[in-house]
Amino acid sequence: MSLKNKLHVLKRKFRSSKYAPAFNALHTFLYLPDETTHGGTHIKVADDLKRTMNTVIMAMVPCLIFGMFNAGYQHHLATGAIDAVSGGFFSSEFWTLANFSIGFWKILPLVIVSYGVGLGIEFLFAIIKKHEVEEGYLVTGMLVPLIVPVDIPLWMLAVAVAFGVVIGKEVFGGTGMNILNPALTIRAFLFFAYPTWMSGDKVWVEGAVERANEIAAGANLDAISGETILGSLAQGKDFAYSTADMFLGFIPGSVGETSTLLILLGGLFLIFTKIGSWRIMLSSALGAIVMGLIFNQVADAGIIGEGSKFYGLMNTPFWHHLMIGGFAFGTVFMATDPVTASQTNKGKWIYGFLVGFISILIRVFNPAYPEGVMLAILLMNVFAPTIDHYVIQGNVKKRMKRLKAKVA
Amino acid sequence: MSNDIKIKKGLNINLKGEAEKTVEQAVISKFCTVRPEDFHSVIPKLIAREGTKLKAGETIFYDKSNEAVKFVSPVSGTVVEVVRGPKRRVDAVKIEVDSEQVYQDNGKFDIDAAQPDAVKAHFLASGCWPFIKQRPYDVVANPSKTPKAIFISGYASAPLAADLDFTLKGKETELQAAINALGKLTSGKIHVSVGANSNSPLAGLTGVTLHKVSGPHPVGNVGTLINKVDPVNKGEVVWTVNAQDLVIIGELLLTGKFNAERIVALAGSEIEKPRYFKTKIGSEVATMIYDKGVAQGAHPRIISGNVLSGKHIKPDGALDYYSNVITVIPEGDDYELFGWNKPVFNKISTSRALTFSWLNPKKVYDLNTNTNGEHRAFVVTGGYEEVFPLDIYPLQVLKACMYKDLDEMEALGMYEVAPEDFALTEFVCVSKQPHQKIIREGLDLMLKEIG
Repeated sequence: MSLKNKLHVLKRKFRSSKYAPAFNALHTFLYLPDETTHGGTHIKVADDLKRTMNTVIMAMVPCLIFGMFNAGYQHHLATGAIDAVSGGFFSSEFWTLANFSIGFWKILPLVIVSYGVGLGIEFLFAIIKKHEVEEGYLVTGMLVPLIVPVDIPLWMLAVAVAFGVVIGKEVFGGTGMNILNPALTIRAFLFFAYPTWMSGDKVWVEGAVERANEIAAGANLDAISGETILGSLAQGKDFAYSTADMFLGFIPGSVGETSTLLILLGGLFLIFTKIGSWRIMLSSALGAIVMGLIFNQVADAGIIGEGSKFYGLMNTPFWHHLMIGGFAFGTVFMATDPVTASQTNKGKWIYGFLVGFISILIRVFNPAYPEGVMLAILLMNVFAPTIDHYVIQGNVKKRMKRLKAKVA
Repeated sequence: MSNDIKIKKGLNINLKGEAEKTVEQAVISKFCTVRPEDFHSVIPKLIAREGTKLKAGETIFYDKSNEAVKFVSPVSGTVVEVVRGPKRRVDAVKIEVDSEQVYQDNGKFDIDAAQPDAVKAHFLASGCWPFIKQRPYDVVANPSKTPKAIFISGYASAPLAADLDFTLKGKETELQAAINALGKLTSGKIHVSVGANSNSPLAGLTGVTLHKVSGPHPVGNVGTLINKVDPVNKGEVVWTVNAQDLVIIGELLLTGKFNAERIVALAGSEIEKPRYFKTKIGSEVATMIYDKGVAQGAHPRIISGNVLSGKHIKPDGALDYYSNVITVIPEGDDYELFGWNKPVFNKISTSRALTFSWLNPKKVYDLNTNTNGEHRAFVVTGGYEEVFPLDIYPLQVLKACMYKDLDEMEALGMYEVAPEDFALTEFVCVSKQPHQKIIREGLDLMLKEIG
């Protein structure tokens, strides 16, 4: 008996048991089910939710791999083991096995914990609530390791994932029903519960926290640190990264957010495959540019002096904002989440613009934590239904007007 | 002002097995089946019991809630079986067909001299009324209301649909008679759509407003025509009639005979020689598919209607009251290894997520009935709008139907739609939601609560 038939027999055996959703979830990863249409259309398109989610994951894989190299690169750079990159994107200092192995062994556990805990909870809820395991977490589980600092303790990540999946998603009814982006809910939980692990100049470089602890314990070692560009700007400090570094991604930051180039390619892939909304990505970039330009004007006009603590970020050329911090990553992979974004095409323009606009606003004015994308997207997630409501009211009003014209 | 309608949103689904343009006379069916479920929301009150002899055009049952609306037999014969479902619901009336057909004589009808009420009474008495459907609710028209306009689509854009230019050829006299009579029943116009490059017999009719339509499916759906010409407002009623049924109406008016003959396309990839048949409403599909039809040992899905909104029937099933196409496609009840992530070349997709149907939009596909994935909650947005040309928000209407908010359903345009308008959004739905069913249930709820 072939594997296909064996599994089919097993599926029938499991059908009436409460573990059927768990079995089906695994079975459908191997085989597209034998389900046929009944009632309604007799044929269906080739796409399903698994394919859609898989496409998003494919777009993120380059960022993940780059993140692994970058984790090692930042570590070796901070310890002085290697020199800064000098040869563009394919610099030999960056793409080394030594860099990769540090990142790989550091980031793989993040991925495993993220998927293990998250999918575990999804399976549990599917069994309890007797529905199929939905694919939403496939993307969330990949996003999470990419938006946390590389040194985040695994238990914290596990706690945050559990919180995010249960409170951010399952209490609303699971995939498709949530108000807030689950991955950002997880990150926001980490940010508010363990702020020392989510900001500062130690967490972005592998080994920096450990080294600091050793020094505090009396070890005679050089401290290593790595401040993100945003952190430096917020404190009015200089940083040693060129525009090319920012664009290519040779800078400290959350695991997958640093390479604007690869994120851009991922975004173009999502637009080409029609999985990601180009309206949100484009309008979000526009929103950020507009806000950045406004701040540039304010700084140029001398309204805010060089002594002001906001000057550093306000004076940053507007287009740099698109490349530093998590802006690009958030815009391409998180603002475009169809469940939590606006659902009408017109609404997507407004939603995206405001995500970009507010990101830069928070980024500049938040003294404690110079990153606004996470909070901007979460805020706009909350307002997305309101935006849609007004867009749809336009259509409703048109209908009312037509009726009135008839009656009059 | 130009009456042409051009749409961009939509999707042409090119399937294998288009009917060749030759007409064969189908073998006379031994049994004729009339299924009350074809007339949605009608509760039948049977007149013809088992053993009753009927002439073609004689009443089988009438609508319990509206006794004037009569449903007549397409053939002359003897009722052999009334198939009942739960709670003694009438599922089907099976008539054994006489070898010699006898028609009930309704008399020639003088259309020009007739008053509107007389026309209506003639339609009701002769069994032509059920061919008139109304919106809102997509049900058999309520005779007590006057429609603001009547809409007829003369352009079939659905996959493997019967070509109306071909099936209506030579029927100009009947069509004109039907139009003349219908014209008396509305205070407004009769809007007829024909393909922009077509050679439709409908184009030469008088007393109609002609619209030349072009663009992808659903440009030929009557719902699209209504939405682009004169959408239904609250409190208004429009009627729709299938173009092929005008022929039956016209013949009845001219000769007095209810002749349920219709040219039907037999199409689909499982049919060896797809072609047209002349047959009657309610005929067994076996009369058409036995010769050069379905291959031995095949495992087909037989559909009365098109692949998007037709009805699944068994091999011993019959042509339904409104369809002019029988589609036969392969069943897809098999697993596919890694079907969810491997590149797909042989299925249609509106995305490009390792699906490659965008490379060649003209390619002809052999699709089966596999759902290509499991049912999920609504997740992806923006995809429906690409194939939905009506000025309505599809996702929001569907959700309003699901949470049964009558005010919202009304405000979002439920009076304007029929389930068939949501066939394409259902086809492209990544979450495999049953859109047409959701809309049908929403309309039923509105019909019950608002009426």
